[in-house]
Amino acid sequence: MTDATLISPRAGTRTTGQKVTRLALRYGLYALLFLFALYYLLPLFVMVSTSLKSLDEIRTGSLVALPREVTFEAWKTAWSGACTGIQCEGLKPYLWNSLLIAIPGVAISTIIGALNGYVFAQWRFRGANLMFALILFGCFIPFQVVLLPMARMLGLMGLAGSIPGLIFVHVVYGLGFTTLFFRNYYVTIPMELVRAAKIDGAGFFRIFWSIFLPISLPIIVVSVIWQFTQIWNDFLFGVSFSEAGTQPVTVALNNIVNSTTGVKAYNVDMAAAILAALPTLLVYVVAGKYFIRGLTAGSVKG
Amino acid sequence: MTQWLERHVPKVVLAPTFAAILLFVYGFIGWTAWVSFTRSKLMPRYEIEGVIQYTKLFASPRWDTAMNNLFIFGTLFIVISMILGLALAILLDQKIRTEGFLRTVYLYPMALSMIVTGTAWKWILNPGLGLQATVQGWGFENFQFDWLVNPDYAIYTVVMAGVWQSSGFVMALFLAGLRSVDGEIIKAAQVDGIPTPRIYSAIIIPSMAPIFLSAFIVLSHLAIKSFDLVIALTGGGPGYATDLPATYMYAMAFSRGDIGQAASSAMIMMMVVFAIVVPYLYSELRAKHD
Amino acid sequence: MAPILDIKNLYKSYGDVKILKDINVAIEPGDFLVLVGPSGCGKSTLLNCIAGLEPITGGAITIAGQDMTEVSPKDRNIAMVFQSYALYPTMSVAKNITFGMKVRGVDQATQDAKLKEVAAQLQIEPLLNRRPGQLSGGQRQRVAMGRALVRDPALFLFDEPLSNLDAKLRVEMRTEIKKLHQTLGASMVYVTHDQIEAMTLATKIVVMKGGVIQQIGTPAEIYNRPANLFVADFMGSPAMNLIPAKARKNGAGTQIEIARKGGEPLVLVDPTAPDLPADVILGLRPENIAQADVRTGESYQVADCLVDVVEPAGADTYVMSNLGGKPVTARMHAETTAKAGQPLSFAFDLGKVSYFAPEDGRRLN
Repeated sequence: MTDATLISPRAGTRTTGQKVTRLALRYGLYALLFLFALYYLLPLFVMVSTSLKSLDEIRTGSLVALPREVTFEAWKTAWSGACTGIQCEGLKPYLWNSLLIAIPGVAISTIIGALNGYVFAQWRFRGANLMFALILFGCFIPFQVVLLPMARMLGLMGLAGSIPGLIFVHVVYGLGFTTLFFRNYYVTIPMELVRAAKIDGAGFFRIFWSIFLPISLPIIVVSVIWQFTQIWNDFLFGVSFSEAGTQPVTVALNNIVNSTTGVKAYNVDMAAAILAALPTLLVYVVAGKYFIRGLTAGSVKG
Repeated sequence: MTQWLERHVPKVVLAPTFAAILLFVYGFIGWTAWVSFTRSKLMPRYEIEGVIQYTKLFASPRWDTAMNNLFIFGTLFIVISMILGLALAILLDQKIRTEGFLRTVYLYPMALSMIVTGTAWKWILNPGLGLQATVQGWGFENFQFDWLVNPDYAIYTVVMAGVWQSSGFVMALFLAGLRSVDGEIIKAAQVDGIPTPRIYSAIIIPSMAPIFLSAFIVLSHLAIKSFDLVIALTGGGPGYATDLPATYMYAMAFSRGDIGQAASSAMIMMMVVFAIVVPYLYSELRAKHD
Repeated sequence: MAPILDIKNLYKSYGDVKILKDINVAIEPGDFLVLVGPSGCGKSTLLNCIAGLEPITGGAITIAGQDMTEVSPKDRNIAMVFQSYALYPTMSVAKNITFGMKVRGVDQATQDAKLKEVAAQLQIEPLLNRRPGQLSGGQRQRVAMGRALVRDPALFLFDEPLSNLDAKLRVEMRTEIKKLHQTLGASMVYVTHDQIEAMTLATKIVVMKGGVIQQIGTPAEIYNRPANLFVADFMGSPAMNLIPAKARKNGAGTQIEIARKGGEPLVLVDPTAPDLPADVILGLRPENIAQADVRTGESYQVADCLVDVVEPAGADTYVMSNLGGKPVTARMHAETTAKAGQPLSFAFDLGKVSYFAPEDGRRLN
């Protein structure tokens, strides 16, 4: 906590004039902060209220007005009837796809990342630093540069357009981050712990299992949340490596919004967008602390 | 054998990841680099033909627009997000009672997919029924806000949506930075009678230089890679007005069937990232080493 | 008796950096060997090499008659106590102590019996179900010792085990370790940077600097006859006075001439000194300089010196003067009449003197 504050919450016992200025500043500060909150919340509000309106009301009413008559029609359509092109099954199958991609993707990359991080932090060997730098660097490449060869590679592996193919891609390009998370977490644990366990007769996996895994819950949560958000929100890999039946929800959402057939159903678009955003929003609301830790850990590298 | 295994278990554990990274990152970069020097069209060809793809790329007006847009978008996105993020962080650092709630509100867009953000802003900014119509409905008949469909201004809508999504994250970074400043230094400054704004400008903010750097790195990285947002918000349009290198590359790779162009544009993107990230990573790893 | 630990020509380097150079040490069963030196001298690395936690570059290590050079730590029949205690954070105290036995597949009954025995010995029975995070520093220290004791090893290794404790606790634990050594009769190797710990605990001390052994000897040998200037300066507190002087052979013995601030040089005569070069450094411990009228004896030589500072320290009073351009400390009686800024008659005990060569620091007598 910094002790410096622009405007002290506890105004000193000075003249009343100063007190009034301080109080005014304080209220101004709160007003400003809530104004910003409004800015961030407004789009969400518009999305929700639009999704609850009928198309007629959207055309006649105001963007920021509450729905006069709440209807869940748009939600129903978004869930199971909206067209993503020629198919009109709504978002449901694609939400399922995203889940099928995200769960194994998150699990595999977290497990491998944990072991990698354990090695980098506690079992250093000659050349480990260089290896770590090379893996870390892999986090930074723009994925466009691997898009073309990956498409061919997935074809060669017989995974083109499949869900396992997408899982594979997400694991490969997520490993850098999960490795980084676990490495940075384990590096704060004194090397003496491994040494003591070695003298006690425990080996590599025994030490990991009995000593490191039991203290890893916080970083596992960070890694899981990070990978889940990344995979769930991914669009580039999804749109590049999926085909009609295997698209993740982001791709399907984009197709719904940009499908040119029929009348533009804004309420359905908004309902679909909320549906697609709901899982990650939920994660954020429930485990925001870990979400932020992942973000900052993923950005403040090393 | 068991002795050998015992000693080399850590390397064995690391081997698959390292092999995967070597192949799927460095090998693939190599492949893309190679192909960018060939005449590949719909199918990759492997005879080196020199820099024809790059010549073609730099002669293309669409690529020119894309790079211009990247420059405009990147600069504005980074600068505005940083200023807004820092301002919010400082305001939130004033012992605000509802800080937890406000922080949650400022940061939630970061949890959204760029596609969702794009979809929402596309609806808000559409001139027919969105913000323009609403404000006109309030009686400001002459209010004009058609940037989304105006080729000259559409790129700025991408900036707006991008800033909305990312500035909360910058705020979180800066707030963490503000809180990690040594409290004794601040107390010393207060005892010296230095006014609080001065403490911020002369002591706290300068000591956060590393955070500015990481925020800059993350934001520039986001800017160069941003693809989803443009696709969802403008689809690169009107025309090619909001094309970015990322969308250009994608169009060449998957809809135009021009692998050579796709590869060369991807290489340029990577070089831009390199130019920003390599010095940073180098200094980071250096510092860790000492 | 065969040595319990025998280190021969040990070398250790990281790449081009040589950490340990030609280390040769052997200890007998029941010995308490202390490795002491300033930080970065290689003492902890040497301990890790003994434990097998660091591979060595050259040489051989024998423990209890077996060549252990290539053997992994778990098979060396050792136990180790670490500076940070290295307790497993998610395991209870009992589990911490029995983890090694569990890994080795010792049956439950034996585990319980051993645990009980060790817990009683260290008086940690009430703590057995707690987690390390719930213990105080001293308690953690005991648990770490318990984990080592339960192994019943051929050799105990301690890596600065007391340096994380506060001053009072450190002295208490020091005594306990000493007691433990005496009751168990076990062989121990102990690393510390604290020369007082080294003096109090050791039966044998190895003083190291820059990866090279400076001197091996009993505490008394190290203290009274330091092998070189480094050992002389490092061991003992306050440090040995090291005074530049000129030596001249003379009928009765050797004349030692020392520059004195604001006066004639001081001249002492050492009748038993060996042949000395013209320039020497004279080493004299503070307790070998006394106030002349309080303590005199055959080997004492008396001279007047100006007193700079007087520092009462309870039982003793330290009196500082300046000789040969260096500050000189004398440990005097608490009731000394010394006053700052006034001359005092000092008595120098030349029977305890050390001479060193200024150019390479080696001992001359």
